[in-house]
Amino acid sequence: MPRISFIESIRQAQYEELARDPKVFLMGEDLVANVFGTTTGLIEEFGTDRIRDTPLSENGFVGAAAGASMVGARPIVDLTITSFVYVAMDQVCSIIAKSKYIYGGQVKLPLVLRMCMFYGNSNAAQHSDRNYPMFMGMPGLKIIIPSTPYDMKGLLKTAIRDDDPVMSFEDGTLWSQKGEVPEGDDHLIPMGVADIKREGTDATVVAVAGGVPLALKAAEELSKEGFSIEVVDPRTLVPLDRDTIINSVSKTGRVVVVDPAHQSCSAASEISAIIAEEAFESLKAPILRVTTPDTHLPFFPNGEKALLPSKDRIVSALKRLLN
Amino acid sequence: MDNLTLEQYYEGYLRMLRIRKFEMRAEENHSKGEIPGALHTSLGQEAEVVGACMALEDDDYMVGNHRSHGHPIGKNADMKPLMAELYARKTGICGGKGGSMHLSDFSIGSLGETSIVGSGLPVAVGAALGSNMLNEGKVTLCFFGDGASNEGAFHEALNLAAIWNLPVVFLCENNGWAVSMPASKAVSVENIADRAVAYSMRSELVTDGQDFESVYMATKRAVDAARAGEGPTLVEVKTYRFAEHAVNMGRMLVDRGEELEGWLKRDPVEILRTKIAEMVGNETRLEEIEDQVEKEIEDALEFAKQSDYPDVADAFDDVYSERVSDFYGLS
Repeated sequence: MPRISFIESIRQAQYEELARDPKVFLMGEDLVANVFGTTTGLIEEFGTDRIRDTPLSENGFVGAAAGASMVGARPIVDLTITSFVYVAMDQVCSIIAKSKYIYGGQVKLPLVLRMCMFYGNSNAAQHSDRNYPMFMGMPGLKIIIPSTPYDMKGLLKTAIRDDDPVMSFEDGTLWSQKGEVPEGDDHLIPMGVADIKREGTDATVVAVAGGVPLALKAAEELSKEGFSIEVVDPRTLVPLDRDTIINSVSKTGRVVVVDPAHQSCSAASEISAIIAEEAFESLKAPILRVTTPDTHLPFFPNGEKALLPSKDRIVSALKRLLN
Repeated sequence: MDNLTLEQYYEGYLRMLRIRKFEMRAEENHSKGEIPGALHTSLGQEAEVVGACMALEDDDYMVGNHRSHGHPIGKNADMKPLMAELYARKTGICGGKGGSMHLSDFSIGSLGETSIVGSGLPVAVGAALGSNMLNEGKVTLCFFGDGASNEGAFHEALNLAAIWNLPVVFLCENNGWAVSMPASKAVSVENIADRAVAYSMRSELVTDGQDFESVYMATKRAVDAARAGEGPTLVEVKTYRFAEHAVNMGRMLVDRGEELEGWLKRDPVEILRTKIAEMVGNETRLEEIEDQVEKEIEDALEFAKQSDYPDVADAFDDVYSERVSDFYGLS
């Protein structure tokens, strides 16, 4: 199997789905210039109608994607950085999330909103959001949040074929990460199926996005001290694979939830609440969260680095549970 | 362009009268407590709604807003599921999930009656873009009000439609008021149609929006241009809503005094009726239409009232393609 980067896995998923289905098209800012490298070779193959550069009009073109999807097209919107979705919130929350519902299922909106989480590299607070939790509270939107090139490609292809709106949160700290990824149409990963990235028996780490490789490093470090740590990656937050999480915690009795988002109402908070409601009797220790505190990410690199989840913070949380 | 045929006049009268009677009965039964929620009527605006809709082909697309009853009736939707929706019944056009602000019938080309002001404009642009990409040759008509013309979505949608030369007709139903804010205090130009200049876009100004034929002709020119590949048009129609912003707001928000009195004298349904009667010299067919509409409304009311309410479990459908899990056993 070829080893490719996270970014290349996005490009391949888009390329294959554009080639497979003429109703699929891509729209967003600076696609022809290929700012992030996810459109390499696409313009030559599919032209500028289907790889459509847009003006700076997020509310306009996200809404246009909604309208196009209602008449049978299958748009992928590249919103570049997650913070730009705020400009389009009316369309995301009032049109895209709710149209199927308020019209009693008369319509479907098969579209994908792709967004990069651009944190960890001194881009200051307005360009560094990890804002998926706020959309977990908006029914009607599915959320994929892959942590490996393999999952990224498989889930994005599934998202493009899904008949519901899907938000794809792509973690910029993982862009250069490489992994084995199959080529071709068959690589589809279903939504709502978590992946156990490492099996273990002493404690569970449920981690999302860039938190996953950090959790794996923490598990490796603790294995040298004789601890067996299980790492569960939900891969999609809506739908959420509650069973895999509950089963793992029921087995280990200890859990740390790692989430790069701000702590309050984070994905980690929701997952912690589910564990408390569904697996309380299995717990041998409190549920701990490793998240970003409820302050903004500063420009100064030492401050930003200290606030984000890290291998060391995960190790120290696990040790609190294990000792 | 040819003038309207007599048959088109009769058809226009039929549809306008349907809107009028549908909303009068809905308002009456709302006050009796039969219909939950708010009710936004388009009484007074029937000519512009029907005139614009009749300029479309049956399979053309349409996007509307919270004042949603007239649009689908104007595009010839069956009134039974519309009335049942007002009554929050399972047989409602939206299965009882949408209500008065969302009477959208997708089978007649509606792509939503959306109740966040301005939010339909980008959707209409997308429908036109999708139609072009799929080579459908359809035109999209987008209804919105004077209030929506101040939203950012209006600017973004018109700019996108212009740069992409899309087959959209932006139809501004300028009824003079955005809830309690008069257009004279809220809109920077005297005529919203003038805003088309900023997008290098064609425009049409219909100063008498109570005249069915004027609205039809202006919209038809815009529709024909869109279908010929000549891009979007901004059409402004001056009209007036006779009722409050919504029924059941508890009190009158604004006393529109003489302004309202003046407009009430220009009832679009009466104007068209008089015009037809003068043209043909008798009222036989008009009276037949009136009897027909009365019966249709009674049938729609009976259908609505005899239908069941949805089950609580239905609240978990249509969020996604798959039913949402009911973790709490509420259904």
